[in-house]
Amino acid sequence: MSLTALTIAQARAMLQAREISALELTEAYIGAIEKAKLLNAYVAETPDQARAMAKVSDAKLAKGEGRALEGIPLGIKDLFATKGVHTQACSHILDGFKPGYESTVTQNLWEAGAVMLGKLNMDEFAMGSSNETSYYGGVTNPWRRHNSNKSLVPGGSSGGSATAVAAHICAAATATDTGGSIRQPAAFTGTVGIKPTYGRVSRWGTVAFASSLDQAGPITRDVRDAAIMLKAMASVDLKDTTSIDLPIPDYEKALGKSIKGLRVGIPKEYRADGLAPEINALWERGAQWLKEQGAEIVEISLPHTKYALPAYYIVAPAEASSNLARYDGVRYGLRVPGDDLIDTYEKTRAAGFGREVQRRVMVGTYVLSAGYYDAYYVKAQKVRTLIKRDFDEAWSKVDVVLTPATPSAAFAPGEITDPVQMYLNDIFTVTVNMAGLPGIAVPAGLSAEGLPLGLQLIGKPFDEETLFQMAAVIEQAAGTFTAKNWWA
Amino acid sequence: MSVDEKTVRRVARLARIKVDDAELPRLAGELNVILNFVEQLNEVNIDNVMPLTSVVEVDMRQRADVVTDGGYAKAVTQSAAASEDDFFMVPKVVE
Repeated sequence: MSLTALTIAQARAMLQAREISALELTEAYIGAIEKAKLLNAYVAETPDQARAMAKVSDAKLAKGEGRALEGIPLGIKDLFATKGVHTQACSHILDGFKPGYESTVTQNLWEAGAVMLGKLNMDEFAMGSSNETSYYGGVTNPWRRHNSNKSLVPGGSSGGSATAVAAHICAAATATDTGGSIRQPAAFTGTVGIKPTYGRVSRWGTVAFASSLDQAGPITRDVRDAAIMLKAMASVDLKDTTSIDLPIPDYEKALGKSIKGLRVGIPKEYRADGLAPEINALWERGAQWLKEQGAEIVEISLPHTKYALPAYYIVAPAEASSNLARYDGVRYGLRVPGDDLIDTYEKTRAAGFGREVQRRVMVGTYVLSAGYYDAYYVKAQKVRTLIKRDFDEAWSKVDVVLTPATPSAAFAPGEITDPVQMYLNDIFTVTVNMAGLPGIAVPAGLSAEGLPLGLQLIGKPFDEETLFQMAAVIEQAAGTFTAKNWWA
Repeated sequence: MSVDEKTVRRVARLARIKVDDAELPRLAGELNVILNFVEQLNEVNIDNVMPLTSVVEVDMRQRADVVTDGGYAKAVTQSAAASEDDFFMVPKVVE
């Protein structure tokens, strides 16, 4: 078995038993990255730093002082500030930006002994569902349709993270999710992705998109690895006022626990018109697997589901327009000189932001402009209250909600050009961000064309444990899925 | 509600994004597609509903109003497009 095929849990055991060294493992990944350039998953590689970190890990392991992620090589989404290393949210406007500080999430990972392989491609400022908006170009999904060599997108915005995990060019990756950006790419690549409860993981040092929705989480090969990674990423952080002061459970302990008697909600509104028969069948099969293990399936109603996406496309651009106001060509990144200061701002932002980012900043500016604030932003925030209330009522009847993760399997680059059509990719994931809840995408099968499809489990606030417990049951029934290597 | 080219120009100005006149029709079209999409929210009865301000019920954490960080101007200005003597350099603002 190739070293890069090991899950975190497997590598952890072999590292601790000194059957392999952290440096060997790291070298295996550096070699694999070298052969996978075609996928365009990495935008910056840090092999020297990785080797130095691996050597420290080997010293720790030799002394029997290995920490939770000792010697595990990770890829980091370009959205996380990494000290002295390329951190540009895959935007032209952050050209050359190397922060003088480390994000809390990555700091937590390094303190747990993890090794950094480099920074991963993503949609510009995390705005996209296909990784096509990156300034560094699209990312190729390691999966292809049966008997086809046509490229497919890995989803987005964490497309580089999902591809790197699926292609075994990192053991696991950090990702972020504002409307589905962890779960949709995980579903498109046969990987596991969890967006924790809002406030579980610190947002400090993570480039902000929509502050009331953004939440970081891992993308991993299997459910156990997701549990290991989330435990290491999560923390209570005084630098983030929205970080919630609650103990972080040992999520791995939830795996293998019986789900007998747990109630699983099936929201009837998700059975929207036009739900692909294949997706519907997958969903029913998932419910059946949980039922066979003793869970009770309960039909529920989340009546405001259809309004989540339109409300999201007010709230997210509004917050983005405010957050992205800081990119002015003065303090860091790109500067395009103008006739005066305003002209410099305008030229810098016109050149530095891609088309999708400009579109969202303008929508956000419009909905927040004088006279429209109540009609758009306040109304959307009220709708959000109703969406959250739907879930609050559901929790009196069920412990967890099961839905499809995406309305389809991965599509081809350029296949979706209409922005609203692209936004519909997040139709099953976005309600979870609007309500601040945790959601996990877990692979559940392959489409008729041979592409991965995922199911989503939605949990009560801070009940990630039940998500891991249930996701492990789905994984047990469905198995795990590995793309055939055609790129190396 | 839909936006015309004049509104797009005003919004672009507010957003500090330079837009060529030739781009205005395309942008107006794209913004209108999105604004029409969010129009669905008008169907929702939001009487007596409070806007969501926090997804989890917590009291805002407070801290003492004291300086806990700073004193490294060089590190802050090192990524600036232009700087001198630990100041950010910008085009002349006052004539």
